[in-house]
Amino acid sequence: MNILSLIPTFYVFVLAAFLGYQVISRVPPLLHTPLMSATNAISAISLVGSLVAAGANYNTVSTILGFVAVVCATTNVVGGFVITDRMLRMFKNRSEPAKKSKEA
Amino acid sequence: MPQYIIELLYLLSGILFIMGLRGMSHPATARQGMFYAEFGMLIAIIGTLCQHEIVKWVWIVSGLAIGSILGLVMGLWVPMTAMPQRTAFSHAFGAAAASLVGISEYYRHHHSGIPLPPFIIGALGFEVLLGSLTTTGSLIACGKLQGILPGKPLVFKGQNIFNMTLLACTVGCFVCLFVHPGVTIFFYVMIALALLFGVLLVIPIGSADMPVVMSLLNSYAGLASAATGFALGNNVLIIAGTLDGFSGFILSVLMCKAMNRSMANVLFGAFGSVSEQAEAGPGGEMREIGLEDAATQLAYARQVVFVPGYGMATAQAQHVIRELADTLEERGVTVKYAIHPVAGRMPGHMNVLLAEANVPYSELYELDQINPDFPSTDVAVVVGANDVVNPDARDNASSPIAGMPILEVDRAKLAIVLKRGKGRGFSGLENPLFFKENTAMLYGDAKQTLTNLVQEVHKL
Repeated sequence: MNILSLIPTFYVFVLAAFLGYQVISRVPPLLHTPLMSATNAISAISLVGSLVAAGANYNTVSTILGFVAVVCATTNVVGGFVITDRMLRMFKNRSEPAKKSKEA
Repeated sequence: MPQYIIELLYLLSGILFIMGLRGMSHPATARQGMFYAEFGMLIAIIGTLCQHEIVKWVWIVSGLAIGSILGLVMGLWVPMTAMPQRTAFSHAFGAAAASLVGISEYYRHHHSGIPLPPFIIGALGFEVLLGSLTTTGSLIACGKLQGILPGKPLVFKGQNIFNMTLLACTVGCFVCLFVHPGVTIFFYVMIALALLFGVLLVIPIGSADMPVVMSLLNSYAGLASAATGFALGNNVLIIAGTLDGFSGFILSVLMCKAMNRSMANVLFGAFGSVSEQAEAGPGGEMREIGLEDAATQLAYARQVVFVPGYGMATAQAQHVIRELADTLEERGVTVKYAIHPVAGRMPGHMNVLLAEANVPYSELYELDQINPDFPSTDVAVVVGANDVVNPDARDNASSPIAGMPILEVDRAKLAIVLKRGKGRGFSGLENPLFFKENTAMLYGDAKQTLTNLVQEVHKL
């Protein structure tokens, strides 16, 4: 493989890193637990690789490894998003915002 | 489907992931953001299923089905108090998925006799190494959080040297593999060593340091996914993995800052095993307070601040706190909650529990916001927190936790500390707060004590 053809891949990585830093820095500590379970679900995108390993007709070992990986990754995708949503639904603001404006 | 459409679908899913995480910057937009991210994941899966390599559907369909069922079961029935364990467990799953893909890929190429280019071998090796150590490390963390394994650090003589040697051997295998990609033994020995290293890395870390470890493992799991992206030449994997990797990294740095300790100190310091070195301590008498007294103080206060810690989670006391807060608010008391970044076992742990108990997030205050408020606070109620309110961190330069930012409850007019018994906290440090004149102790199970307090306040 030509090393030059890898350069765009590194661009993606570096730019994603900068973007990640910018986006994540803005998440308030209040939401750090949901953030962690959300990124956990998102990083189960390795499901994409597992699906190919499980579904392509390579050899038995690759298929079995791929299958186990599909199970693990799907569990994370489904479980991660379900639980993140469950948590986020609980975060409520006070319905009458004027009630607690003592400090003024 | 032509390849370029699949690539465009991946691009779309990458954009949706970023928009999803952007939504996390505010509770009001977070749920919508997650819908974007879920949609992005769906698109990525559909795109992948259209790949021409995919010919056998049995394994894919059954894998997706089993995974969905497991995920739903975990997602719907895990109680909020078990969130740290659940998260650690899913880090293990995510990392395992990444490393299995790597192993499968390596095996396939070796099996078919096509030599892998060095770059791909590098990415694969990195992915499998990081994935394996994260898998076992996360399982150990999960075991500690669940209480299956002892929460205290497990240490032995020469541990750090042993671990470093092990890590060096693992990396050595990786380098050998890079130089001789065809020699499979390096690959499999590297996996075994990485699995072992993961165990040994987390075993000496005490439960109180779990927020840092959880964030680090989060980061590793993400980076393993990103490395998968490099190995497979798939950009959406790189984007999603990097986002996760950075998120975990930023969180772990924040957690370290909140304890004023370096990453190295957390990982290799075996903190929480220092109980032996305790000197005479500040001494003095701890003053106990009766229930009625405490209730009176609370009922006639102008401002009350609750300071929850891990003890609130173990006692499941979040709902009763809310009940007490409601009762006080009805009487015109201003109620606030002070949340330390490392209170609990994972970042944001306390916020989630209080949200579960229907506490509006506008009443939750961070360290910098609430500390100036303490001098004007009549009663600060500490529920199962210890080190995060230890004034030694601020006043005593020789304390092991010196310099750690704390919630300055000792500046409140009265601090009521709810504690199970007279023993020390997890870190084994003496807490001078308990001996201060303006501190009163209320012993007993936090939940029971708070329930009694609610009744007493009602009587007034």
